[in-house]
Amino acid sequence: MPQIESTMKKVYKDATDAVADINDGAVLMLGGFGLCGIPENCIAALVAKAVKDLTCISNNAGVDDFGIGLMLQQKQVKKMVSSYVGENEEFERQMLSGELEVELIPQGTLATRCMAAGYGMPAIFTPAGIGTEVAAGKEVRNFKGKDYLLEEAFDADFAIVKAWKGDTEGNLIYRATARNFNPMMAMAGKITIAEVEELVPAGSLDPDMIHTPGIFVHRIFEGKNYEKRIEQRTVRKK
Amino acid sequence: MALTKEQIAQRIARELQDGFYVNLGIGIPTLVANYIPEGIDVVLQSENGLLGMGPFPLEGEEDADLINAGKQTITTIPGSSFFDSAVSFGMIRAGKVDLTVLGAMEVSELGDIANWKIPGKMVKGMGGAMDLVASARNIIVAMMHTNPKGQSKLLPACTLPLTGVKCVKKIVSDLAVLDILPEGGFLLRETAPGVSVDEIKQKTAGRLLVADDVKPMEF
Repeated sequence: MPQIESTMKKVYKDATDAVADINDGAVLMLGGFGLCGIPENCIAALVAKAVKDLTCISNNAGVDDFGIGLMLQQKQVKKMVSSYVGENEEFERQMLSGELEVELIPQGTLATRCMAAGYGMPAIFTPAGIGTEVAAGKEVRNFKGKDYLLEEAFDADFAIVKAWKGDTEGNLIYRATARNFNPMMAMAGKITIAEVEELVPAGSLDPDMIHTPGIFVHRIFEGKNYEKRIEQRTVRKK
Repeated sequence: MALTKEQIAQRIARELQDGFYVNLGIGIPTLVANYIPEGIDVVLQSENGLLGMGPFPLEGEEDADLINAGKQTITTIPGSSFFDSAVSFGMIRAGKVDLTVLGAMEVSELGDIANWKIPGKMVKGMGGAMDLVASARNIIVAMMHTNPKGQSKLLPACTLPLTGVKCVKKIVSDLAVLDILPEGGFLLRETAPGVSVDEIKQKTAGRLLVADDVKPMEF
C-alpha cells in the first residue's frame, strides 16, 4: 500500500544513517535548552563524521564535554547562533580568539525566527533588543507608539530535534521541558531529522496528543543510550 | 547593615500580588520564591517552557527532562503546564506575565538596564532577558548598590552594553528600595535597617530624590 511505502521512507536505521548527507558548511538547527532535550545521537554521529564549517543555530552551545561542546572540541563549528553560551570554556576561548564566529540574539527572537521559518513567514517584528547593540543595522518600525525590530526567519538546511515518542509517520510528542525549541525547529528545517526515545507504529499515538505533525518530519529513528546529563542538579531537603 | 541576598529576595516578595504570573531570573531573583507571603498565590513562569514551577525535587527524584531557565532540576505543581519556547515568549511579549524580577550589573536613572555583557571580559549572552525587559509590564531589579570596589551601579547612564531601555520600574538593592520616576531619577523609598540616607546618596551616582515618607525596611 502506498501509505506503508511512504512510511518506510521516513524511518532511518540510526543517527549515522540519518545524518549521512550533512556535509561541510551546512546550516543546522539543533533543539534543546542547555542539555535538556538535545539530539544526543545525532550530535555523536556528526562528531564521528567529522563534518566541519558548520553553522549551528541552537539556544546554547552545550558544555565542554557534552552536547554541541563535543563539536566545538573538534573545531567543527564555524558559526554559532545562540542566546546564552555560558558554561563552556572551549567556546569562550574560540570566541575570544576569533576562531569561532558568534551571533548572540535574544532567546525569544531565536524562538520566533525559527517559528517564522516553520510558518512560512519571511520575518517578524519584536521589541526585544530595541535600543541595544542587537538592533544595529536592523529595520525599526513603530506600531501603536512602540518600536519593533524586524527580524528575519532562519534559513537552515537541516533541523535536528529530539522527541520523547514518535511514530513511523513522523508524528512527535515531547516530554516536559525537553520540548523547548524542538517543535518550532522541527517545523523550520528544509530537512528535519527527529531522534526519539521510543519509535512506535503509526496509529499507536493519540492524534490529539501530537505536538509536531509528521508532515514536518522527513527522517525519524529511535535513538539509543541516552545519557540525559543534568547540568545543575539541585535538590531540597525532606 | 546592608541587606543579605535573602533579605533582598524577602523584600521583593512583598511586591507580589495574589494571582500574579511571575518570571524570576537567575541568582537573587530565584530566592524570591522562598518568601512568597502567606495568602498570596502566584504562578511562576520559567521561560524554557513551564508555567507553575514547583520547588526543587527531593534527592533521587530529579528528572533530566524537567529543568528551569537556570538549568536546575525542578518540579511541577498541580495546575502546571508545559509549552515550547515560541509559546513561552508569546506569553512574555504579549504582556501576560505580570512581574519580572531580574539582576543587573548597572541601572540608569532613566530605567535602562545592562546585565549581559562586559566587553572583552564576559560574554555569556542575553538569554531571555532582552525579551523580558522589552515587554514586561513591571520590572523589579535585584542588585548590589555598588560593585566590589565600592563604585555605584546606579548611574546617570549605563556604561555597559544595554539589555533594554527605559524599562526598570523599581530597584531593591542591598541598601535601599528605589522607584525609577517616569521623568527619570531614583526616588529613595526605603532604607536598609541602619543605613543612612546620606550613605545611600553618597553611593548613588545617578540623580537621587528622597521621598518625604522615606522609612527603614523591617524584617
